[in-house]
Amino acid sequence: MRNLSGGQSNSPIAVNLARPKSLFWTNLGRNWYKFSRNPLSIIGLVIVLVIIISAIFAPWIAPYPEQAGPFVDFENAGQPPSLQHLCGTDNMGRDIFSRIVFAFRGALIMAIVVLALAVPPGVLLGLIAGYFQGGWIDTVIMRITDIFLAVPPLILALAVASVLEPNLMNAMIAVTLMWWPWYTRLLYGTASSIKNEYFVIAAELTGAGKFHIIFREILPNCLSPIFTKIALDVGWVILIGASLSFVGLGQQPPTPALGQMVSDGARYMPIFWWMTIFPALAIVLILLGFNLMGDGIRDMLERGMG
Amino acid sequence: METKENILLNIKNLHVWYRVYGGYLKVLNGVNLIVREGERVGLVGEAGCGKTTTMKSILQILPPGDFLIPKGEIYYKGKDILKMNFSEIQRLRSKEIAMIFQDPTAALNPVFTIGTQIGDVIKYSIALEEKKVYKEKLKILSARALKEAYLPDPERMLVNYPFQLSGGMRQRTCIAMAISSSRNLLIADEPGTSLDVTIQDQILHLLKEIVEKMGASIILITHSLGVAREMTDRIYVMYAGTIVETALTKDLFKNPVHPYTKGLLASVPKLSGGGIARGIPGRIPDYLNPPQGCRFQPRCEHSTSSCVENPPQFFEVEEGHLVACYLAQR
Amino acid sequence: MTQLGNDEILKAVNLKKYFRIGKDKKGPIFVRAVDGVNFSIKYGETLGLVGESGSGKSTIAYTVVGMYRPTSGQILFKGQNIGMEAVRRPLSLKKEIQIVFQDPSSSLNPEQTVEQILSLPLRLHTRTPKRQFKEKMVELLEKVELPSDYLYKLPLSIGGGEKQMVAIARALASNPSLIVLDEPTSALDVSIQAKVINKLMNLQKELNLTYLFITHDLSLERNVASRIVIMYLGKICEVADAATFFEKPLHPYTQMLISSVPVITEEEEKLKPKKIVSIGEIGSPVNPPSGCSFHPRCPYRMPICSEVDPEMIEVSPGHIVRCHLFSRPEKTDSKGV
Repeated sequence: MRNLSGGQSNSPIAVNLARPKSLFWTNLGRNWYKFSRNPLSIIGLVIVLVIIISAIFAPWIAPYPEQAGPFVDFENAGQPPSLQHLCGTDNMGRDIFSRIVFAFRGALIMAIVVLALAVPPGVLLGLIAGYFQGGWIDTVIMRITDIFLAVPPLILALAVASVLEPNLMNAMIAVTLMWWPWYTRLLYGTASSIKNEYFVIAAELTGAGKFHIIFREILPNCLSPIFTKIALDVGWVILIGASLSFVGLGQQPPTPALGQMVSDGARYMPIFWWMTIFPALAIVLILLGFNLMGDGIRDMLERGMG
Repeated sequence: METKENILLNIKNLHVWYRVYGGYLKVLNGVNLIVREGERVGLVGEAGCGKTTTMKSILQILPPGDFLIPKGEIYYKGKDILKMNFSEIQRLRSKEIAMIFQDPTAALNPVFTIGTQIGDVIKYSIALEEKKVYKEKLKILSARALKEAYLPDPERMLVNYPFQLSGGMRQRTCIAMAISSSRNLLIADEPGTSLDVTIQDQILHLLKEIVEKMGASIILITHSLGVAREMTDRIYVMYAGTIVETALTKDLFKNPVHPYTKGLLASVPKLSGGGIARGIPGRIPDYLNPPQGCRFQPRCEHSTSSCVENPPQFFEVEEGHLVACYLAQR
Repeated sequence: MTQLGNDEILKAVNLKKYFRIGKDKKGPIFVRAVDGVNFSIKYGETLGLVGESGSGKSTIAYTVVGMYRPTSGQILFKGQNIGMEAVRRPLSLKKEIQIVFQDPSSSLNPEQTVEQILSLPLRLHTRTPKRQFKEKMVELLEKVELPSDYLYKLPLSIGGGEKQMVAIARALASNPSLIVLDEPTSALDVSIQAKVINKLMNLQKELNLTYLFITHDLSLERNVASRIVIMYLGKICEVADAATFFEKPLHPYTQMLISSVPVITEEEEKLKPKKIVSIGEIGSPVNPPSGCSFHPRCPYRMPICSEVDPEMIEVSPGHIVRCHLFSRPEKTDSKGV
């Protein structure tokens, strides 16, 4: 045992107490083990990676990148799936597969922006309402949250979109506005139960201020449900985004958007089935991938036995 | 030394491993344990020593998929439980062996009445023989089981929910459920630990009385040496997945041999005062990479090189008193 | 206005804590967790508080430390009235009284490293400059015999006994005078309990600490406390120094409790009072029995016991009992001491 007596800062202690770096890699291994217990999670992860890589490298992956923009070729319109056009062509002669790959971009951007904008305020409000549970702050915050949750999501989005111009940016704003309350509710439940744990009481008894309690004691214990929900939400945001573009709000042509592609192709059913089915399957694939991966993330973040 | 005729349970060289990140937790490392008819056997050990794993292995309630039994057998009335098929095991759980869990609140389903829960136990065990069970008969048998556990007003108790009962009454209900169908071997896991001392006292005496009346055997798992001393005829002391010492209860307390047993006895605070010993230095081994030899060796002040290399075998110190330690052989 | 004796660090005067849980036709329903309790703790001693569930021992601990506000009565600490919740207490008071909870798995934040756990009291209660924090923490860890690399560990990678040591180090970080220990070793194994208790006793001598030690384990209390208070349904039954408590227990509940303790030596067996098998369940603090709250379970009950609540009588110096068996002869037909 060392003998300390008013030591100086260049004592040997500084050297020995450097945070061990290998801890991160050990944890990565353990986290992967927990994630991969269920093979479905790995399938989900693969799907998600495929989607992300396709979105990033769309110009190189799509066989006809120029057809994802302003392009018409009426001679080739309505071609069924073949080796040249894996998903066929649409009514304007554009390759559907290429358009789907490019549509991933808009979908992912929407998910990222919406969640980046909705999660922080939602979490903050939920934490505060949960910590001050029972008081007026709780009531004010949660009743406002309830109002937002009470409006049917699509109606809210349509209302917002009708006020603003229909484009991707405004679609994102609309979806953000209906998304934050879910995080507030999640955090409200989590925070109000954690605040009764003994470690929070111990911090209060020793004199910690409210900021410390909320952000240093309670919040770190809420991270697993938050990240799990974010992973699962990506798919759902994209779905709502597709619903908006289905009715013409959101990404405007000629930029491809999955919902709009489904809507465009719908009137050609059932003869030209590929025009609707493939974009729809793409939406299903996205949702499936993120849901399966989200389950894996939840398994990974769950506190349990190693 | 052991009459083969009346051995009820015989655990032989049981190894149980749990699958985790990084390999296997080699929890049980050759457990040997015998219970005879009508005997009260205590299994004493601290947290993480494997006593619950051992008991779960008997009833085959280990978490599925996550464990491995590389070696060992568990003989009940001569048949190896580990080789039984599902219906044989169900019969075992229903008519032969019953477990009384540590926390009675967690062991009872909060949304069903006491009558439903104990009725289910009885119904299932009868249904193995008779095709149909009548509601009236079930009620009578349920009330009778509750009465055997000295629950007041058993007929009225049948319609109560667990939350309406005190801790002691819940534990009695669990005991009633255990004895209602299974009558040969009871396994009680830390009975009364979550209850107050005076109530725990009542529960332990109830168990004692029931076991005597039924002629059943009981394995009492506990970390409290005092409870083991009052309630058992023979004790097994367990450390890190092995039995380190076993003897008749009176012999164990009079003449403990294994350093772990001695350390444990010294650590128990005495009602007569005198301070508490310093405890046992060190911690339980990492089951992922346990020591090759004696698992207690890293913490033992008498260790030698043979302790490090090979796990010690049982050595008979006096009749019925076995110690797994090289020290005993000197 | 009650005065503190010179050697008393803490004094409770007619302390009551009721919890309101609803109402019926007659009025509000209360849980009388603590129902008129008087005791004091001397500097440097360990006062043991024993009892079963519903006795009120944890409520007293929590009221001393500021989790609850007394319903009535006073608590005095070094002369000051501290009968208020922690949020209303000055920081200097919070520094002085610390608590160690029963289960370190829930009293340590599972998402904080030991370093973060210890930095809170250091930041609030000491004038240590930030750059000396690590040093101070290593000192604290040394006091509880934990190696310095534990600073970066999370609670889940630390064993139960060691977690409790971290909780103790946290309590020591503010240099308190009084530490309340609420069943600090009940969740630990016997061999680890021995280590922790020994450490606590050594620290007490080294740092001049006063302990309020709560446990249901009588054998443990025997070896830890200098004086013992035993409670039943919110009231004190008996107070005595440790040796007297176990050698000459007077209150029937004390005798019942001691006789139920499982012991491991013959010597201890002989020490136990005659076996009193406890009958029935522990009473309810919502509707305590009339008169002496223990009377339904008492083998020595007399008619007066169901009518009148006995007073606290000092039978010999320092030995106080609340029982009609020991009331003054002119008041009742007593059985005598």
